[in-house]
Amino acid sequence: MNRFDYVRAGTVAEAVQAFGVGARFIAGGTNLIDLMKYEVEKPGRLIDITRLPLDRIEDHAGGLRIGALATNAKVAYDDRVAERYPLLRNAILAGASAQLRNAASTGGNLLQRTRCYYFYDVATPCNKREPGSGCTAIGGMNRIHAIFGTSDKCIATHPSDMCIALAALEATVQVSGPQGERSIPFAEFHRLPGDTPETDTNLAPGEIIVAVDLPESRFPQHFTYLKLRDRLSYAFALVSVAAGLELDGDTVKTARLALGGVAHKPWRNREAEAMLEGKPATRESFQAAADLIVAEAKPQSENGFKIDLARRAIVRGLEQAAAGTPQSLSDKRIQ
Amino acid sequence: MTDTASPQTFSSTGRDTFVGTPRSRIDGPAKVTGLAKYAGEFAAPDLTYGAVVSSSIAKGRIAAIDSAAAEAVPGVLKVITHENRPRTAWRDKNFQDAVAPPGSPFRALYDDLIVFSGQPVALVVAEDFEAARYAASLVQVRYEAQEPVTDLKAARGDAYDPPTKREGIKPPPAPWGDADQAFGTAPIRVQGGYTLANEHHNPMEPHATTVVVEEDGTYTVYDKIQGVSNSHQYLVNVFGLKPDQVRVLNPYLGGGFGSGLRPQYQAFLAMLAAQELKRSVRVTLTRDQMWSFTYRGEALQTIALGAEPDGTLTALRHDAVQGTSTFEDYQEVIVNWSGVLYRCDNVALTYRIAKLDTATPGDMRAPGAVTGVFAIETAMDELAYATGMDPIALRLKNYAESDATAKGKPFGSKALKSCFTQGAERFGWAKRNPEPRSMREGRELVGWGMATGIWEAMMMPSSAIATLTPDGRLTVGNSTGDIGTGTYTILTQIAADTLGLPMESVTTKLGDTRLPEAPVAGGSWTAASSGTAVMKACRNVGAQVFKLARAMENSPLANVDFDRAVFADGRISVAGDPSRSVSLVEVLQAAGVDKVEAVEQAGPDKDFNQKYEAYTHSAIFVEVKVDEELGQVRVTRVVSAIAAGKVLNPKTARSQILGGVVMGIGSALEEESMLDHRIGRFMNHNLGEYHVPVNADIYDIDVIFVDEEDKANPLGVKGLGEIGIVGTAAAITNAVFHATGRRVRDLPITIDKLL
Repeated sequence: MNRFDYVRAGTVAEAVQAFGVGARFIAGGTNLIDLMKYEVEKPGRLIDITRLPLDRIEDHAGGLRIGALATNAKVAYDDRVAERYPLLRNAILAGASAQLRNAASTGGNLLQRTRCYYFYDVATPCNKREPGSGCTAIGGMNRIHAIFGTSDKCIATHPSDMCIALAALEATVQVSGPQGERSIPFAEFHRLPGDTPETDTNLAPGEIIVAVDLPESRFPQHFTYLKLRDRLSYAFALVSVAAGLELDGDTVKTARLALGGVAHKPWRNREAEAMLEGKPATRESFQAAADLIVAEAKPQSENGFKIDLARRAIVRGLEQAAAGTPQSLSDKRIQ
Repeated sequence: MTDTASPQTFSSTGRDTFVGTPRSRIDGPAKVTGLAKYAGEFAAPDLTYGAVVSSSIAKGRIAAIDSAAAEAVPGVLKVITHENRPRTAWRDKNFQDAVAPPGSPFRALYDDLIVFSGQPVALVVAEDFEAARYAASLVQVRYEAQEPVTDLKAARGDAYDPPTKREGIKPPPAPWGDADQAFGTAPIRVQGGYTLANEHHNPMEPHATTVVVEEDGTYTVYDKIQGVSNSHQYLVNVFGLKPDQVRVLNPYLGGGFGSGLRPQYQAFLAMLAAQELKRSVRVTLTRDQMWSFTYRGEALQTIALGAEPDGTLTALRHDAVQGTSTFEDYQEVIVNWSGVLYRCDNVALTYRIAKLDTATPGDMRAPGAVTGVFAIETAMDELAYATGMDPIALRLKNYAESDATAKGKPFGSKALKSCFTQGAERFGWAKRNPEPRSMREGRELVGWGMATGIWEAMMMPSSAIATLTPDGRLTVGNSTGDIGTGTYTILTQIAADTLGLPMESVTTKLGDTRLPEAPVAGGSWTAASSGTAVMKACRNVGAQVFKLARAMENSPLANVDFDRAVFADGRISVAGDPSRSVSLVEVLQAAGVDKVEAVEQAGPDKDFNQKYEAYTHSAIFVEVKVDEELGQVRVTRVVSAIAAGKVLNPKTARSQILGGVVMGIGSALEEESMLDHRIGRFMNHNLGEYHVPVNADIYDIDVIFVDEEDKANPLGVKGLGEIGIVGTAAAITNAVFHATGRRVRDLPITIDKLL
């Protein structure tokens, strides 16, 4: 770990002011500190934002505004979240451990970096860590890597569970920065690697997340967060599915679906969502949507199984959502 | 043997008070309150900190090292590399520790050659940890890399029979009969290839060494090791020290599983730096550096079984190729177990190794047996299906009553049949429908599988001291380590029973080279070895005290022979006449001695070993539930029935088996160190991506200890550290087959293998 300056910001404006080249905001630190220990992140300055008054969860415009510093635990165990956005709650509780969720912040969760082995290991080339050095994951140990939206520069995945739910819920990210405040629709917050995999999001330098807004609740009954992984808890998703449905009898009125563990960002396919709408909530409809989604998947040398797994997980996730039997967090049997 | 033996006891009362009863571990409170100190936690007034710089290539040489930037960091004392390292011994034999395999042991910072990825190439020593670690990141190393070979499949063509056999590791026996011919003509045949992934031990406690330079110039070394004698010998030999110049301690171990059997490079580096700087030094490895030394090397195994329609084995062939490093011929017993477990007239067992550009593999909990028994016990399940027999019936049909790999010597004891019977009963095996995919609960397929486990019951030469003081306290101990198994507790129980004292009056000391020498804690031999030595030392103390008692004025024991003395409740009394007694405290006080002390040695019983072979056995029954569509496997029920001689402490014994089973579940479903063969590097080198079971993975585990009388040692114990893991993976693969109809022969069974 390198030596760094440490400053504590009292206001958002102070935090933005303190930002400069090589600076990083730090809240829970559950990812940044690890990355610093691995020499992946070497910030010259850490701006401690934990004292900013951004940890509230409040009703807002018919939805909910979650402060960027509200911990994952606070959000997951908030009664309003549990009642109106159980998909978010379940996604949060499907990730990490109780200890990590007590420390990790909402804003930090959005900014988690990939778990690609090569990104974490400074002994190996990685375009995300060192632009232009090459991607060692391509042709290497890429069982856990992306099948959608990859480039020849990077095949890493976005690791968050919470963000997959936020994508399906169509949240909005409120940010503040040198140019003032702005709102970023969740689908536009994270980006695909393209030629610049070093950039995970569309946040401008110095911009800070202040809140995440949830629109009016639409999926309090018909939702699921289904996460498939290499052990039954405390592992990143091989594939995860956040699904929310509004049903009119047996007909799908609205469908929102986001996949985790398969792309550089929470993966949505609006065509598939639109295709489901107006269709009967049956396995056949779900299979058709799943087929459409995985049609554009591209395997790497070791992760071809993810295509089939994603197809099956989408179908099961939509079945769980339609039946109103979301995946249990405590019972590891898949419903 | 088992039928005629009388119940084993070793207290002079003829019954055990503490031994055989469930006792909480006496080191438990220290461990859960943080009072227990580990090797990287001991401090010294002038302590400095060493950080290791690790090689990023697997093979080649160091062209240049630039440590100027590191040296410029405030607080940095020295950057030690192969270019400026102090001189040490150089001959192989100086570096060969007590459990080293044949070859030329790795010597850190010896020269510019890189022989495995993660090899230490520099040690940065600084006044504080942060400076050392930061400076380590600034050391610039330029390599001339060569293409490494780490793919065992690519190297198997060059595999060889190791010319020098590793001490204590039985090479495969010569074949008997004609396995190939018999296989060719067998009416029923099963043949397959089996692999177990590379695994790393990953104890919670990282490897660490603290070398304290004492005022008189001697060294006190706290080393993460499973037996301090091994580190002591190593440091003395490598650094040319006199034995009394170094004291090595390791009172507690935060998990070893075999990774702490050999002194590792952090011990060498810490001592090197302490000598050079004349300062105390601590070197703690990072989690990713825990992938830079010993590991359970994958093995490529093939098995061919031929049988009659009634299940009688007519041919058994088990071949294994395993990786080793380029500089040592690591060996373990993988294939012999097949020949020990089953009676067959035509058997061929072979084991070869192939050189890889990795660190030397090493012993990891039940080394070899985990690997080989997984293969044979999966193959036996395949044979059960091929013959249409129940898996237990097939095993009983071919049950070995003697050890064919040891010229047919009988077993000292073998209560495996009881394991089958009691395990099956507890599990409800009789209700099993053998048809694959026949059992279902909702979306999950249910599978029941079983397997046999086996491990050697060994004893090693070991000594121990016992000291009784006039305050009535008994202190016992030796240099072996309690690696989390409960050794402190069982030795306390044994000592208390032998001299008839309450456990509270006994203090057990371990992990200190000032105590009598004992081997590393491994191989499941510690209970038998150290237990017997402690018992003998206590008996010797008892005899001395008895002599003093008889010599007392108006002694109640006057004219009593020692064989009539009974030690109980802190007193010596006369058998059959409890009114004649005297307390141990009174005896010592009357004699005016400040202590009564004895050092005794114990070792394997040569007569017994000439007549018998000694193994522990188990039968493991497993229920899995598999989501048919999504491939998720849950191990919902395990019954492990163990035959391991006398159980000294049912509570710590059960914990040993639970831990073994959990590790077996990891081996079957999760554990895999992923080697990128292009760069010869393990890539998932952290606990987030190298998966071991978490609480959610573990459901019901039921442990049964069946009665088994054994006389290999006076305690009647066989050891429990390894048997819990052996066979567990096979029982799981067999259950997965029963559930799904899919036979997975390559571990771990991750989701992708069941889609």
